[in-house]
Amino acid sequence: MKTKKTFSSYIAVKENFTHSFLVFQYQIIILLLKLKKSLKIIIMKKTISISNQGATLDTSRRNFLKLSGIGLALAGLTFVGCEEGVVVDSGIFDLGQGDVGILNYAYALEQLEADFYTKVVNNFYSGISTVEKQVLTDLYHHEVVHRDFFKAAISGATTHVLPKLEFQYPNVDWNNRNSVLATAKALEDTGVAAYNGAGKYIKTPDYLVIAGKIVSVEARHASAIRDLINPGSAAFSGDDIIDANGLDVAKEPSEIVPVAAGFIKTPFTWKEQGIG
Amino acid sequence: MNILRILDKLSDDKFFTTEFSRGEAMKTLAKTGTKAAMVAIPVGAGLMSTSAKANTTATVESGSVFKSALTDALQLALTLEYLEDEYYRIGLNTAGLIASSDLVVFQQISKHEAAHVNFLKTALTSLGVTPATKPTFDFTANGNFSPFTDYNQFLTLAQAFEDTGVRAYKGQAGNVMSNPTILQAALQIHSVEARHASQVRRMRSNKGWIELNNGGNMPAATNPVYAGEENTNQAGFNTASLFGPEAGSAAYDEILSGTDATAIASLFIV
Repeated sequence: MKTKKTFSSYIAVKENFTHSFLVFQYQIIILLLKLKKSLKIIIMKKTISISNQGATLDTSRRNFLKLSGIGLALAGLTFVGCEEGVVVDSGIFDLGQGDVGILNYAYALEQLEADFYTKVVNNFYSGISTVEKQVLTDLYHHEVVHRDFFKAAISGATTHVLPKLEFQYPNVDWNNRNSVLATAKALEDTGVAAYNGAGKYIKTPDYLVIAGKIVSVEARHASAIRDLINPGSAAFSGDDIIDANGLDVAKEPSEIVPVAAGFIKTPFTWKEQGIG
Repeated sequence: MNILRILDKLSDDKFFTTEFSRGEAMKTLAKTGTKAAMVAIPVGAGLMSTSAKANTTATVESGSVFKSALTDALQLALTLEYLEDEYYRIGLNTAGLIASSDLVVFQQISKHEAAHVNFLKTALTSLGVTPATKPTFDFTANGNFSPFTDYNQFLTLAQAFEDTGVRAYKGQAGNVMSNPTILQAALQIHSVEARHASQVRRMRSNKGWIELNNGGNMPAATNPVYAGEENTNQAGFNTASLFGPEAGSAAYDEILSGTDATAIASLFIV
């Protein structure tokens, strides 16, 4: 699936894929007939591993390792399948195509932000100021509203809704002001760059407007967090993010996902954008 | 760059605009220079001619409509940027107006607004349209404000202009989405305006975001800037249901129509 593939090899891959898929389907039918009962169990198990329902951020170390292990194994399967041009039903969620993919992408990022601030407000770092507490509480509210909005909006449009993701913050010291604010800054700036870069892929005008309504609030957040870190300076829209044309950062999904993946335990793919 | 994406781009995006002729689309693709892109061209050309045939009439007619909607949107944006650019320039050039501790913030904002003016002029020119000339501004709005002698009023109007800018750009999203390059640039300016707005609001002891339609210690004359911001219904989802209407409305910035944005700007245009 990489850029080096020629068109003819693409066709070959596609034919190969179609053939393999038919064989695969045939095998499934045979399996269904022969192993109806046990396959059902396998499918059920897979469903559990995708959604990770019931598992929380407070999962024990053993659970964490178990989940990571499943994630890695499945991610490996998908990668191999993709390289060979054969679809393997690995149970990994693909964000989807067209606007559904974009909405699930936004939902993934909002899940991350909401989860982060939920942790922040449930355990404020020591010595937090009144202003900082107010800002972080508001950000928690806004991001949870965004997250739940996307869940409702996508569910209303399709059954292909990203499951609840699991997160990890290996480098965040929740009791350290600098650590929490630096992570908040990274997440907000990333959110802005992600929406700015994804807008052009949105086909439905109403969805574009919704994304626009959200991205400016993310930018307001980013500005406030940056000013908490460097008060009264030019950092709120600093030269590190605004270029000589006065333009903010815009990043492609293929640039955003690998960075966000550092926080996301649950693997997912987005084949339309060449991810996974 | 994935082959499917290149094909998708060829068959969709470029056909919405008259700015990209078939030849230009080829040139753009050729410039990417990747093997995949070169191989994809004949296939892409096939797709293009098919959809060109199918949509000849529609493409030609709606193309010009799209183009005028696109460039009209950019002209509106340019007018708002002219306004902001001149406002901050006069403010910075007025000795003793801006508190010395705030200078660095307004220098940064002013730098961005000047860059936006240049960027939009260049964009319009590249689309074959003459950029609008700078209007004559009256920042007293007929004697109602004195922003260059009263720093609090300077801050008040700065907040009004930035919050208006955010809403106005958003309101033009549908008009610029025909051109992916312009759309992305508009989004990149839009989020800079939002960063400015948040900063200026916080300098005035407001939150960086707008709760309900309350601008935050703003004169009644600026009510049109905040009208509609109290909305808590996003595509049928009640954003107030989780944490109340303040947080629910603040989580989303609302659009301003071109007409409403023009009406606000017109208060300051002679």
